[in-house]
Amino acid sequence: MDGVHDLGGLVGFGPVEVEPDEPVFHEEWEGRTFAVAGSLLLSGNLHGMRHAIERMDGVHYLTSSYYEHWLTGVATLLVESGVIEEEDLRTRAGSFPLARAIADEPVPPELRHPPSPSPQFRRGDRVRVRNLHPFGHTRCPDYVRDRVGVVARVDPAAPVPELSTHHRDDRPECIYGVRFEPLELWGERDNGVVVHVDLYERYLEPAA
Amino acid sequence: MSEDHHHPSPTSEPERRARVLEELLIERGLVDPSFVDAIVDAYGRDIGPMNGAAVVARAWVDPEYKDRLLDDGTSAIAELGFGGPEGDYMVVVENSAAVHNVVVCTLCSCYPWPVLGLPPTWYKSAPYRSRMVREPRRLLAEMGCPLDDDVEIRVWDSSADARYLVLPERPKGTESLAEGELAGLVTRDAMIGVQRL
Repeated sequence: MDGVHDLGGLVGFGPVEVEPDEPVFHEEWEGRTFAVAGSLLLSGNLHGMRHAIERMDGVHYLTSSYYEHWLTGVATLLVESGVIEEEDLRTRAGSFPLARAIADEPVPPELRHPPSPSPQFRRGDRVRVRNLHPFGHTRCPDYVRDRVGVVARVDPAAPVPELSTHHRDDRPECIYGVRFEPLELWGERDNGVVVHVDLYERYLEPAA
Repeated sequence: MSEDHHHPSPTSEPERRARVLEELLIERGLVDPSFVDAIVDAYGRDIGPMNGAAVVARAWVDPEYKDRLLDDGTSAIAELGFGGPEGDYMVVVENSAAVHNVVVCTLCSCYPWPVLGLPPTWYKSAPYRSRMVREPRRLLAEMGCPLDDDVEIRVWDSSADARYLVLPERPKGTESLAEGELAGLVTRDAMIGVQRL
């Protein structure tokens, strides 16, 4: 989905602020939230968890910390799957903002075909990223859509984010490390810079 | 949280929500508090950049290990006993005088947990995630890592399953150091690629 989480190339967030000697967790609840979410979800539903975080209200997402993202994401999934009641969360916590509902048609028809684990592209192939804008979960960043790159690496197949999240289909598909030039991405030469993005086969088509 | 902590209020909103969520899950028997404690301890103490530093130091002293590491990062890292969530498919990228590698995740905050632990706040921040793919040379300079114009910058956006570890160059003048001492020179930031040693 074209949400505020898809940050690559945006301008306007200012300098990167580094906290010297930062602790792993600033507050006890951060560590406990990480562990609770990890123990419940990480092994089985990583894409679903990412999508729950993406579905957070855009303003809430940008104004809350990483572990508040986790907290909101895991609580949303637990409510949606009926494990806990939203009412219970609100009664006990006062307020408990959750993420928004999954879109009506999260996977566009062009991305619904069954996965195939055998690679269609090879190292050195020129590929264009299909210009698709799903309303559901995707791992295709916006800044590479409709851009041409070169396959630099053919990676092991893995479950497709769209199908795993929305169709409960975890069959694997090939992933490619694709190299892009700044001229193609941003319309500007930036000599001596290349950007690699890892893309599932269904995001790609052959480029001339 | 203790009163002396820098956080301004004794109980923040997210802290209250986190407590409620954990409480509900414990009541329903879905979460074991001692398991939660164990995960917190592991990531707070045992799983961190010292693991990655051990990998880097081994690669610096053992050319055959380095070849294996660059060829199949996951297996070579497993030789030293490191693996697990967010490290199932590791790709190691090597810095040289002519090439500098830097890792980002523009869509969330993917990070190689088994070798670096959990990411620092700046890695998860909007400025870092938005800018590293757009103006890496300027951002690296701002972050204290200026590079000559003739150094190629390779940015790796961890958008799928691969998790990246940067293999920094071995600093000059360290020929006499033992592997353990070398590991002490390797920083988290150098293994993300926002620092050169």
